[in-house]
Parts: sequence; structure tokens; C-alpha cells
Amino acid sequence: MSLSKIKFDKKIVLSFWIILIALIIAAPTLLPVFRLNLLGRYLSLSIVALGVDLIWGYTGLLSLGQGIFFALGGYCAAMYLQINSSSEFPNNIPEFFALYGVEKLPFFWEPFRSSAFTFFAIWIIPALVAGLIGFLVFRNRIKGVYFSILTQASLLVFFNFFNGQQKLINGTNGLKTDVTQLFGQMVGSDSLQRIFFWITAIIVIAAWFFAKWVVKGRFGNILIGIRDDEPRVRFTGYNPVIFKTIIFSIAGGLAGISGALYTVQSGIVSPQFMTVPFSIEMVIWVAVGGRGTLLGAILGAVFINYAKSLVSEALPASWMFIQGGLFILVVTALPEGVLGWIQGDGPRNLLQRFGLRRKIETYPSLEVNNKEGINE
Amino acid sequence: MNKIDLLNLIDITVSFEGFLALNKLNLNLKKGELRAVIGPNGAGKTTFLDVITGKVKPTKGEVIFKGKSLVGKREHKIARLGVGRKFQSPRIFENLTVRENLEISVSTPKSPLNLINKSIKDEQLNEIEHLMKIVNLAQKVDSKAGSLSHGQKQWLEIAMLVGQKPDLMLVDEPVAGLTDEETDLTADLLKSLSGENTVVVIDHDMEFIRRLDSNVSVLNQGTVLCEGTMETIQKDQKVIDVYLGRPEV
Repeated sequence: MSLSKIKFDKKIVLSFWIILIALIIAAPTLLPVFRLNLLGRYLSLSIVALGVDLIWGYTGLLSLGQGIFFALGGYCAAMYLQINSSSEFPNNIPEFFALYGVEKLPFFWEPFRSSAFTFFAIWIIPALVAGLIGFLVFRNRIKGVYFSILTQASLLVFFNFFNGQQKLINGTNGLKTDVTQLFGQMVGSDSLQRIFFWITAIIVIAAWFFAKWVVKGRFGNILIGIRDDEPRVRFTGYNPVIFKTIIFSIAGGLAGISGALYTVQSGIVSPQFMTVPFSIEMVIWVAVGGRGTLLGAILGAVFINYAKSLVSEALPASWMFIQGGLFILVVTALPEGVLGWIQGDGPRNLLQRFGLRRKIETYPSLEVNNKEGINE
Repeated sequence: MNKIDLLNLIDITVSFEGFLALNKLNLNLKKGELRAVIGPNGAGKTTFLDVITGKVKPTKGEVIFKGKSLVGKREHKIARLGVGRKFQSPRIFENLTVRENLEISVSTPKSPLNLINKSIKDEQLNEIEHLMKIVNLAQKVDSKAGSLSHGQKQWLEIAMLVGQKPDLMLVDEPVAGLTDEETDLTADLLKSLSGENTVVVIDHDMEFIRRLDSNVSVLNQGTVLCEGTMETIQKDQKVIDVYLGRPEV
């Protein structure tokens, strides 16, 4: 069961990085802007998937509410862009306010005029909200299915709240970002989208290294300990509540960054980011990619979403069936996900099944073979 | 209450919806003592450990450890005060290696910040080496704990318990499922730990208890029936009646 430890050959690692960096640099010239933009969005989704892997794959907390933190990050970015592009509109506030007769900017928009504030708000606000929800839940020792239900219920609370607040954040319509300005350019323009792609790619790699650092060593081992046997961790003198709150908060922060990058590349943030299916999809990406592998979460998020867009273009409306089938396949045949399967004994077993590789001689069979040898 | 007592259980009563798992249990442990606790099934042996370690809150009564009350404290706080516990079936972290398991137990302080920021201290690494030698797991350091045999798992958990450096070790059925040889080695190990540490061993295995050569407390129906050496309790009529059974005529 190699759920946690990844061991690659050094040469493979090096060539992997060279190819990866070359691809990231070349992607804007190789891909048309439309595809590049899609890839950028999916890469940003892989950051929220990393968070899901940290809390679910390592710590055993199956959260169905990561959409909350994803949307919060998206709203922070969109509010910054809208408020700083509103000079031509009445009262110098974003255009949508006029629809509802709002003349004065709601107070909580004010700090988002500042780039520095927004830069921190994107990840600190979701992390704080996650930390608060997490602490209250974990302190009361709510776990397993009850934790999942609770996170999903919180998601619905946030969804309904955001949906209803037309006068504050344009309610169900959400906040558009593609026609806003950043550095004197339209956010939706090709040149800025190319830069967003690179920024996203760099942040994904940084987030991956950060997540690897978190799970490396004793802290990560305690997380695995909590997943496998929480009372034992407690009797060894550790307080699981603090560890779970920290990791849930980290996952929330990652979700916020992910949501902000996704928003600027898809051109809008809306309560649709907090629908139930979207948060469940995040879990599916990680399950398919491989729980507790980190890299599997990134690959799962990117490949499943790319497959989704390709399939939806060719056979509209068939994607839900394929995604459902994929999930069932993973749960039944590859419980450790694709990457977990590759790192485990998966490929060797498959080759054996087709007779392409000799079976490993196990102890009882050796004994039997030897006895036959003696008889001859 | 005696000054050299490490632990006093005073009139502990635990009621599970009317059922008395422990009924006015009194027990005192001296520092450095090795104490065996035996009793028939349902006598309250495991509940007795649960009360000390904070898993179960007593309905009535007081637990005094090193002069402080443990009642109402959370499990990890009690563990940090110096109460270590080994569970009935080996509970180790199967997806971690032997070394990682021991790292978890010897690491101090047990705060997240310390664990994520700093690497393990040298003296703790030496401690791990030392522990692995004691329990004969030096060759298995980097194997997943889940791949160990049952006996090795029991010993790893004992090593983890020792690594915690508790003042009081509570050991629940350490020899369940072990071979005779392993049982003897475990008895010697526990004996060598007492003196410096205070050890409470719970078990059914009479041969094992005899080998421990310690004072024995017999639990029955949630209360201490009798205390004394193995010889004394074997002659005690009450004990014979409830636990050893009447000798057949």
C-alpha cells in the first residue's frame, strides 16, 4: 500500500521536469488561445484538488463543501477587479449596483480597492472561514459521514446566501471579470490570459511543493495517523483538533487561490461555484487521480476536466454518464486511483495476467515446487 | 492518601445508563510498582483503563495522578501528564514505517508547529535506535508497520509506549496471541521497565501474571475483590469462587 510515499528514479524525475517546464513555456504558442485558456482553468482547479487530497487523502476528512472556499477566493478577485474598473460608472461604483438602485458602495467592498489587501484576502479569508468551520466541527468530534453532510449543508447555506444578495454582490448573476481592467488591459484579452496561464502553472507547481512539504515528515505522519486511528493519536499526547483545523484551513486557502485563478480565466464568479455537484466533482478528481499522492490530484483535475470539455464538444450531454462510470470504475477496480495503482502493484499484476511477466514466486509455491523437485 | 502514591483511584463509579461498569473502585499505586490486574470478562478491566486515560468520565469518584485530579481532562492532556496506554489489540499506524511510528511516540513537544518546522532531535533519534534494539525490530525499521507479524506489532506498540516516557504505563493484554517464547520475553521486558516506571498490566494469562511476580488486584463486578501476591490471591476463597472456579471435588 504505497499511499503516501512516492519513489521515482532520479533520471525520470529530471526528464519529467524538463518536459514539464518546456511544455509550460511552449503552451501559449502551441495551443490556440481558446484551448490555452481551458488548460489554464483546469490547472487552477488542480490547486483546489491538492487541498482535497490533503484533507481527504491524508487526513481522512471527506469535505463536500470545498466550493465555499473556492467561491470566496473568486469573489475576492472579482470584487477587486470590478471596483478598480468602475470609474466611468455612476457614483464610481460597479455597474450592477445601478440595477438595484444602490448608490453607496457596501462597506466590505472598500478594502478591495487595495491590491495588497486583495492579494492576501484571496487566500487568508477562505483559510480563516475554513479554520473557523473546521474548529467548531472538529472540537465537537464530528467525523466521517456526519462531517461530509455538515460540509455539504454549509455549502448550501453559503450558496443560498450569495444567491440572494443582489444589492451586495449581484446575487445569482455573479460578478463578471472579463471586461474589467488590470494593468491597463482587459482581463479577458489574449495577452493577459496568456500571462494568467503562466501564473497559474507556476502557482500549481508552488502549491504542489508546499503540499509535499506539509505532508513530509512528522506532521504528515500525524495526519495519516489521524486518518487511520484518531484515538490512538490522542492517547499518544497529540491534539487531533488542532492538526485537523490547520490542514482544513490550508485546504481552504488553496481552494481560495484556485477560485481566484479560475475566476479571472473563466471571466465570471457566481454562486454556481457553490453548487453541490461541483464540490463533489472535486472529490472525484482526487479519487480518480489517486488519494494521498498529491500528483494524482493535479493530474486527475486536469485530465478529467479536459476529457469533459472534449467529450462535451463531441457528444453533448453524455459527460455525466461518463463521469459517473469513471467514478464507479475507480471505486470498484482502482480504489487507490490511477496513480496509486501505477505506484502499487497494478502494472505488474496486469502484465502477469496477460502472461507478459513471470509471477513472483511466493513462499508456499516455492515450497511446493521444491517438493516436486525432490520427488523427481 | 500516601505521599509516595503515584495514582489513587477513590470510589470510582461508572454507570452506563444504569449498568455499573465500575462500582466504588479503590486502587492505589506506588511509584515504581508493577501491578497486575485480573478479573473475569465484564469485570470492568478496560473501563478502569478508560477512566484513567480520560476516555470515560467517571459518574462519581476521583482519579488523583501525581497529586492532580485527572477527571474531566481530555485524553491528550492526560497523555502529556505522563499516562501511556497500550491497547488490547495492537494499535499502531499500519501505513507508516516502524521508524515513523516510533517518531510519533518520542517526539516532544507535540505541537503542530514543532513537528512541521523542526527536524527530530538527535537524542530522540538515539532513543528510537535504542527502542528498536530492545524490541528486536532494528532490521524492520523501514518496513510498513502493517507488514509486521502480530507479535512484532505488539512489541512495536510496547516500544511506542516506552518511547512516550510515561510515568504510568497501562498495558492491556500485551501477550494476547503471542507464542510462549514471546510471552516470556514480554514478561521480562515489563519487569525490567518497572522500578523506574510504574506499570499496570491487565491480562487473563495466569502463567504470564505469575511470571511477572508482582502484586495482583482482582477485579470483579466493577470493584476490587482482593489484592496481594499471586500466592495470596490463589488461596483467597472469594477469588476462587468468582474467577478461578471452585476446585472440582
